[in-house]
Amino acid sequence: MRAATKARRWHSRCVWLVRVLLFAGLLPAIPVAPVCFAAPPGVRSIVDKHAPQINRVDLDGHRVDLKSLHGKVVLLNFWATWCAPCLIEMPAFSTWQRQYASQGLQVVGISMDDDAAPVRQLVARLNAKYPIAMGDAKLGEQYGGVMGLPLTYLIDRNGVVRMRFQGETDLKTIERQLQTLLNHR
Amino acid sequence: MSISFIRKMGTVAVLAGLAALCTRMPAQGPFGTPNESSAFSIPEKQLVQPAELNRILADKNGDKPLVLQVGSRVLFEQAHIAGSEFAGPGSQQAGLDQLKKRVASTPKDKAIVLYCGCCPWNRCPNVVPAFKLLQSLGFSQIKVLYIANNFGSDWVEKGYPVARGH
Repeated sequence: MRAATKARRWHSRCVWLVRVLLFAGLLPAIPVAPVCFAAPPGVRSIVDKHAPQINRVDLDGHRVDLKSLHGKVVLLNFWATWCAPCLIEMPAFSTWQRQYASQGLQVVGISMDDDAAPVRQLVARLNAKYPIAMGDAKLGEQYGGVMGLPLTYLIDRNGVVRMRFQGETDLKTIERQLQTLLNHR
Repeated sequence: MSISFIRKMGTVAVLAGLAALCTRMPAQGPFGTPNESSAFSIPEKQLVQPAELNRILADKNGDKPLVLQVGSRVLFEQAHIAGSEFAGPGSQQAGLDQLKKRVASTPKDKAIVLYCGCCPWNRCPNVVPAFKLLQSLGFSQIKVLYIANNFGSDWVEKGYPVARGH
């Protein structure tokens, strides 16, 4: 009984605090990572559709063919050398590539830089453990418009796009969704 | 006067103080001090909100500013503000050279709007160098489009006019 009263009191205090924060205009000031699992309204969503084909040569001269990756879970990451949040994510993607390779993960990076030279330099420095190819406006449009970075898609073993993460995203959130797809055989 | 009432009033006073502090730093992060390279270092009076720029561009009778995209060409080709021009990425010297060349014959009192939208506002590497360059060249009517998240969500998805290609 006492516990229930205590809980009610806390609940009432929390509600009251939220009211005060709203009144003071402070709630909108709390930074929230812009995460979305589906494309927001207005953007052509490719979630739950077959991933548009990618058939390009990566920076090491190897072919990246999305069709040949059927049966694997693909983490497709659009990034650029000048995108600070992208550079935070990439070492984690390299770690995941090593950690989850045996479960069928393949990370693919697509650079949206205008030129390949700075990309080569940075990839060498970061020692990325997955293929990285250059992207372009056409590929961006096929993927619903890459109009802000980073942008990451999770593609299931059947080649269907399942998740979309736009902007700075909590890596634990991406990893959790990734593990769910990897566990689904 | 109950203790609970005094507690409530105390909390209100603290929160009001915090709110006042935030409103004194409108162009900065909510709780941080901006460094010189952060877009938060651009004074608020030099910012223009997407809705306001859209209104200005849609006004058939008003003078139109020169709108320059100072981000990546790949992003520009996918979608850009209708009527805007690609002026080179502000984070690279080649981009700044291109911007300098573009405004070489532009009157110093011409209204210019810079924008990028590659990344969340506090992460954009392009707008601050471009803004500082135009300031150093003596332009007096520079505004920077405030894009909180990215060009897609803060302009395209709002339904404001876009063009594609070069």
